[in-house]
Parts: sequence; C-alpha cells; structure tokens
Amino acid sequence: MNEKVIYVKNLVKKFGSFVANDNLSFEVFGGEIFGFLGANGAGKTTAIRILSGLSSPTSGEVFVAGINASKNPEEIKKQIGYMSQKFSLYEDLTVKENIMLYGGIYGLSKSLIKERTDNLLEKLNFREYGDKLIAALPLGLRQKLAFSIAVFHEPKIVFLDEPTGGVDPITRRQFWEMIYETAARGITVFVTTHYMDEAEYCDRISIMSEGKIVALDTPENLKKLYNAGTVEEVFIKIARPVNN
Amino acid sequence: MRTILYLIRKEFLQIFRNKFISRAMFAVPIAQMLLLVPAVTFEIKNVRLCIIDNDLTSESRGLASKLEGSTFFKVTFSTFSENEANNLLHKNKFDLILNIPSGFGKNLGTGKTGKLMASVDAINASTAQLSWAYLNGVIRDYNINILNENIISVPVTSVPQIMITNRFWYNEMLNYNHYMLPGVLTLLVTVVGFLLAGLNMVREKEMGTIEQLNVTPVRKYQLIIAKMVPFLLIGLIDLSIGLIIGKLVFNIPFVGSIILLFACASIFLIAILGLALFISTFSSTQQQFMFIAFFCMIIFILMSGIFTPYESMPMWAQDFNLINPVAYLMRINRMVMLKGSTIHDISRELYSLVVIAIGFTTLAVRRYRKTA
Repeated sequence: MNEKVIYVKNLVKKFGSFVANDNLSFEVFGGEIFGFLGANGAGKTTAIRILSGLSSPTSGEVFVAGINASKNPEEIKKQIGYMSQKFSLYEDLTVKENIMLYGGIYGLSKSLIKERTDNLLEKLNFREYGDKLIAALPLGLRQKLAFSIAVFHEPKIVFLDEPTGGVDPITRRQFWEMIYETAARGITVFVTTHYMDEAEYCDRISIMSEGKIVALDTPENLKKLYNAGTVEEVFIKIARPVNN
Repeated sequence: MRTILYLIRKEFLQIFRNKFISRAMFAVPIAQMLLLVPAVTFEIKNVRLCIIDNDLTSESRGLASKLEGSTFFKVTFSTFSENEANNLLHKNKFDLILNIPSGFGKNLGTGKTGKLMASVDAINASTAQLSWAYLNGVIRDYNINILNENIISVPVTSVPQIMITNRFWYNEMLNYNHYMLPGVLTLLVTVVGFLLAGLNMVREKEMGTIEQLNVTPVRKYQLIIAKMVPFLLIGLIDLSIGLIIGKLVFNIPFVGSIILLFACASIFLIAILGLALFISTFSSTQQQFMFIAFFCMIIFILMSGIFTPYESMPMWAQDFNLINPVAYLMRINRMVMLKGSTIHDISRELYSLVVIAIGFTTLAVRRYRKTA
C-alpha cells in the first residue's frame, strides 16, 4: 500500500478564465480504492481526464504510474484502464467483438484474448450474450461489461468516471463487488461518484467543491472529524456553501 | 501493425452491419453513372428557332426549309411580326429569331447581297455562340448552293480553294458520353472518399466512442490509417462498379491500363480521405463536417475541369488547381481511358497526387488530438 501510483501536486486546469481544477494536491497508493467525490461541475471529470492523459494540465505536477502526465500522456495510456460516464463501447459490435478490439489494441495475444474472454463471460454469467450486439444489452450489463473491458488488459490503475450513473441499486451493488475484486488483484481503482453510499466502500475519499479538494481521508476519519453518521452528512456539511 | 488490423477489422464490421452504408455503397455508383453520364452533355440539339419570313420568295423558303431540315434546329414558330417574336423570345418560347426581310430574294436574284437578321437569347453564352455558329454554317452552305445554281456556270468546287479534312482523335465520333464518363467516375470516387470516412470519424466523436480509443496507447497514425483503408477499398469497389456500367451500358472505350487507373485512383483516395479526416479533426458535429466538406467539394469539382476546359481558366485558377486532387484525377482518368496514356504521359499528375496525398494525410495525423 505504500507505493505511490498517483502523485499530484498543485494541479491547475483552466478553460479560458474558468478554473476547473484549482491547485489540487493528493496521492493515491497501489491497490487502493480511491473515491473522488463532488457535486456536478466540481471538476471531477476534468481531473480524471488529466490523470488518464486525455487532457493536459495548465500547470502543476502530475505523475501516474511514475510517468509525467504533462510530458508523456501516451506512456500513461499503456498503464491504465478508463471507463467514462458516457457509455463508450461500440453499440454496433457484439460483446466479443468489443473485447477483441480492445484486447488487440493493448497488444494481448489472440489466445490470451480468447482465454480471458471465456473467463470473463463465464464470470459475469454472460455466456449467451457473447455474440449479441451491445445495443441489445440492458444498461446494467453494459456498464459491467465496460468496466470489465477497462481492466481486461490488467492495467496498473483503472479510472472510473461515474460508472454507476443511471444504474439500479442491485446492479450498483454487483458493480462494487467487481471493483473490490479488481482492487484485490492489485489494480488501483480511482473512481468518481456522486452517490454518497458508494463513498463508504472506498478506502479513502477526497471531496471536491468548486474545483478545490476540501477534504481527504478515510470515510471513518472524515465522519469522526465532522461528527457525522454517514459520508452523505459529511458531504452536505462541507459542500454546501456557508452563505446559502 | 497488429493494432491497425484490429482497428480495420472493427471498421469493416461496423460498415457491413450498417445497412444504409452497405446499400448506398452499391446504389450510389449505379445511380450516379446512369443519371449523370447521359445527362451532363455540352452537345446542343433542338435549338428552338423562330422564323420571321417577310420575304415569302422561293429563296427565303429555301433557306427556311434548309434550317428545318437540320437536326440542330427545330422551327417552333413562324410569324410576320417582329414584335410578337421579340415578346415570345422574352418569354423563353424559343432561343433564336431569324428575320428574313422583304427584298431578300429579290436582292439575291439581282446579284446584290441578301441581308438577314438573327437575334439570339444569350443568357447561356456558350449555347448562344454555338447556335450562332451553326446558323452561320447552314447559311454558308446555302450561299454555296446559290452560287452553284444561279450565278456562276462553273461549280464553285472547281475554283481553287483551301479544303480542310479533319479527324477527331481519341473520340472520333465526338461522343460526349465518352468525354463525360471518366469525369463522372472521378466525381463518384471524390464523393465516396470525401464523405464516408469523415462522417464516420465525426460520428465517433458525437457518440463518445473515440474517447475510449484516445485513452488507449493506440498511435495517431494507426487510427488515421485504420479509418482510411476501409473507405479506400469502398472507393475502389465503386470505381469498379462505375467502370463496369461504363462498359456494359455506355460501351466506353478503355484504351489504357486498368491497373494504372486503379493505382492513380488509390493515391487520389488517400489524398481525399486525408483531407476529409483533417476536416473531421476540427468538426465536432456531423453538420459542421458536411458544411465544410461540401464547400471544399464544390470548389474542387467545379475547378477540376469536368465542365469547363482547364486550359481556358484564368492563371490563378490554374495555380489553385496545383493543390486540387480532383483536377489531377480528372485529367488522368480521361487520358488513361480515352488516349491510353502511360505512366510516363501522366507522371506530372501522378507525382503531384502523391505529394498532395502525403501532405493531407500528414495534416490529418498531426492535427488529430489524443490529448486535448
């Protein structure tokens, strides 16, 4: 747990005069489930895109898997998996074809892709869906599949940007079981959410408000610190502007 | 290399699963060839002629019947009133008025000059000039007849004069289909290449799927090549369909090397696909892409020399055509198909296309952003 897989210091991201990320500093350790909380528009997605090499920081130091994100975003991409809030598998390809595409892009051998695909479909109880188009799958299954594909190549870190948006509670529960299992394999999970119950499942959480990190600790410590019963109460105490 | 193959496989799966594209792929070339080749012609037939015969002599009638007899003119109206004729010309009832004043026959009979007056609707300048030239030709023939029959006893043909015999090379029958078909083939390849790949790329942006690719270690050139290859093949398939229709339906002569034609078309397609993908890098919606793509296509096509001869364009237009891939393929297609030009004859065009293809593709790769 003491290897730093993500190191961020004084990260600033501006879009014109708008400051989306205002001087963020934090670290994430190997194998950790790190929750990134905040209201809509707090700057979570901006930060996760920078960490994934999709966007470049305006200033500050960002290291992911030991690689400098400003200088070498393409190298980071070899080490990570990513699942965005916007569903982005190909709906006009089948489940197997999607897996094959991403497995191939990450350079896995054909036999390895086949073997892992079989295991994956077995594990998800997906057997009968293997040759179905993604368009024919219900949302919950799609999200589970998108996550499985994001970690298919066994990355060091996986970034999940609001992975459970619009998904029913049972599927969310199953989804989090998958996250636990992934973390247990040693893959660091960096997840953004605005479901506060999900925050309880994280090893550590950071709460963002208006581009700044306003709290960062384990859920237990934060609850103690703010004298709250749940993370939701903590969040409301912190994120609600005082003058409101 | 393996990555590119995986990406190309994905594109093909998507294309063939898309019913619209896989049907349009065959419908577009068939429709375009069958419609445009016979329709787009400069040949002028059936010029509508109005004759004002105020002379009513055998000479004036002789001239009128000679005009009627030509395939070029169709006498649609006769009147004695110049005003009425002018009014109807204004209403576009006919294209040309021939006014034969009274005294025309008498003048000819007495060895004076017969005078005629022609008014031509010149809204379309080239039609007007051609009609005028044809009219002149008919009247000149008629002149010779008069000379032969009435005035000199010796036939004019035995008087020393210069005779020109001509032969039209490469298209002996002056068949406009033969001239237009290679041009329409170029249009076909242009449209297919320009629209499909670019729209496909922008659609991935709209759907958000491109982001999932951008977050992988795939290289920019791999993405661009994978987007090009399938549409390059579709372009060549459509070219083949067009050529087959040309042979079967229009019996187009094909004198040159088919391999050379396909090689040139491939390089051309790379250039056009490169440009389309370059445009797609700064379009975030399909509408934006279509708007820019149509703007470019119309300029490229109209300046390419398909309708108007390249040589009669102003110098600046000819200079612009140095970067117009459509202009090069237009010339290559016509030269290879009709003249049987070899790679040496078209080397300048071919080299230019290669440079443009490299240029546009490089632009597309460089402008593509995996990290915003």
